[in-house]
Amino acid sequence: MNFDFLFSNLPQLTIGGLAFGAIYALIALGYTMVYGVLQLINFAHSEVFMYGTFAMLWTVMALGGADADGVQLIAILIAALFAAMMMSALIALLLERVAYRPLVKKNAPRLIALISAIGASFVLAELMGLRDRVTGWIGLDDDLSEYVGKARINNSMAGVVDAPRWEIGNVTLSSIDVIVIVAAVGMMVLLDQFVRRSRLGKGIRATAQDPETAALMGVNPTRTIQITFLIGGLMAGVAAFLYMLKIETTKYDVGFLLGVKAFTAAVLGGIGNLRGALLGGLVLGVAESWGSALFGTEWRHVVAFVLLVVILLFRPTGLLGESLGKARA
Amino acid sequence: MGGAAACRNDKGSGIVLRLNKVVGIGAVALTLGLSLTACGTTEDGDGGSSSNGDAACDLKLAFFGPETGPAAGLGKPIIQGAQLAVDQYNADAECEVEFVKFDSQGSPDEAPSLATEVAGDEKIIGVVGPAFSGESAAAGPIFAEGGVPTVSPSATNPTLSENGWDTFHRALGNDATQGPAAAKYIQDTIKSESTFVIDDASEYGAGLAGIVKDTLGDTVVGNDTIQVGDTDFSATVTKVTDSKADTVFFGGYYAEATILVGQLRKGGFDGTFVVADGVKDPAYLDAKAAAEGTIITCPCIPDTDPAVADFASQYEEEFGEAPGTYAAEAYDAASIFLAGIGEGIDTREDMLAFVNEYDEKGITKQLKFDESGEPADVHVYAYTVKDGAIVPEGEIE
Repeated sequence: MNFDFLFSNLPQLTIGGLAFGAIYALIALGYTMVYGVLQLINFAHSEVFMYGTFAMLWTVMALGGADADGVQLIAILIAALFAAMMMSALIALLLERVAYRPLVKKNAPRLIALISAIGASFVLAELMGLRDRVTGWIGLDDDLSEYVGKARINNSMAGVVDAPRWEIGNVTLSSIDVIVIVAAVGMMVLLDQFVRRSRLGKGIRATAQDPETAALMGVNPTRTIQITFLIGGLMAGVAAFLYMLKIETTKYDVGFLLGVKAFTAAVLGGIGNLRGALLGGLVLGVAESWGSALFGTEWRHVVAFVLLVVILLFRPTGLLGESLGKARA
Repeated sequence: MGGAAACRNDKGSGIVLRLNKVVGIGAVALTLGLSLTACGTTEDGDGGSSSNGDAACDLKLAFFGPETGPAAGLGKPIIQGAQLAVDQYNADAECEVEFVKFDSQGSPDEAPSLATEVAGDEKIIGVVGPAFSGESAAAGPIFAEGGVPTVSPSATNPTLSENGWDTFHRALGNDATQGPAAAKYIQDTIKSESTFVIDDASEYGAGLAGIVKDTLGDTVVGNDTIQVGDTDFSATVTKVTDSKADTVFFGGYYAEATILVGQLRKGGFDGTFVVADGVKDPAYLDAKAAAEGTIITCPCIPDTDPAVADFASQYEEEFGEAPGTYAAEAYDAASIFLAGIGEGIDTREDMLAFVNEYDEKGITKQLKFDESGEPADVHVYAYTVKDGAIVPEGEIE
């Protein structure tokens, strides 16, 4: 174990951990909100994120981000953020409509919905991984080869954003990490306030507490569930945008590992709890970074899951443990 | 190249179950395959055209490696190189040799069942492959028991030839020669005083990085292991910058190398990034500016080398692109089998003896194998990334 290295580089490692943890947290929101309202783990949420990364990438490619700089680049990035959010929201709504609503209507057991989620996840991921064939059927693969050609390997937008970085002591602070952390925390605070204060937020909390009573009080449950999926999708879109800004590379199966980690973050913080998702994500990110420093990067995932088990042993409902419904008004 | 990235699109624990099943089925099928092979050796005395001297008929040459999957980019030139050799043979042969592709996706998990399938098809007289070290390790025992001669154009893990499989051959130098060559380049050409070694925990990457680390000795200032499929390397980058290394060696494949080099540059590392043949793929250039100046070692001959000029122009005419990594090696590997078929060899036993005795000039090197299947004649070349292209620098002597 390398304690010297950990302590002499604590600020640098913590920033790296927070930046990735913030992305975990944003994805974790989707798991946590759907769980809060439906008591259902939406395993296809990782694909909602993955489609967002591609929407971001394609927008940047289509608008010529590689040659742009200054104001033009910022405009392109804003368009890409918008596209990622729209794409993720669209996929999330589609999931709700196709994979869940029919099951909920027929009062299917939760296990069935879980299997449906896993199935939807495979379909969505493979559809992206086989997009060259899919476009080939309609004869567009040549026209779109730039977008669909690398169907099963990494797709990169490296070199588009050349962000400034600052050296402070022995810490290299990347402006992208700062943007990622600030944007993620900002989005979380906004969402938290939305759920606590707005009419729609109250509807979500009421449905989470007791769907039948909420319906009697005039909350439309179908619409509330839709909005929950929509919000989860929008947040995954922001996560996808920030992820692409930081990592610059995506692939059809990128959602799998990130999805597992974000789900872990949600459970760590207390599933169904918005603030828990933020805390869980950040704690998980920092723990991974410190663990990598201490034991070697190959132990990163081990550290993450050992942490989860240990915390659940002592706090079985997660760090903050509250559910969405019980959040104070 | 070594053990390829395992299939990463599988979800959940189902994969464990499935793997056991595959191994189980593989074992059953293996026994079947063996009995088939046993029958096969006494077969067709009345085959007709298989008299000595004339070319043998109705035979197949197999490719074994990734045609699809995450490492498909590395499989394509190998397939096309071998395809070219077969096409040229067929152009003026009395009976054509069929070229069959077995797509392992580069995954050691898929390899055993596929190898059993190959061993069970008595018409397959030889295999160009397996492409990667991981799948070679998994498929090797099955080929050895089935008596299927293999010539790999790209598997470089040194231990592969130490298993006593008499069917194993490779048409290029292994990592025990590539590793020291990379280390030599780092010492003599880069004149590095402090090198940081990273590997990806794969059969190929970890093996190669270990050799480089041992050869460099005291000038190694640190090492770290990442995992195939990871995308955030911030802790590794911090380790590199903290060690103040002037050179980083990475043993692994292009998928991770592309992301790693970008994050290293963003983290403030401005030394030399050195990698090996697993990164020599056009997809690595996706890293754009960050990739510039990267040194890539490879036991593969540059397509600008005069020895392969003819091959390169024929290849380009056929496939519309310059020969990729290991295309020429695959062409050589296929040529050995085709020469055997041309001499009328029609059993695996005779083909194995033929390959073991083979000693002719190929386009990449003198093609001759020692008892363990290693090539007698080995060259390692250095390449560099310049202006968005991988260009040869010359042989590492």
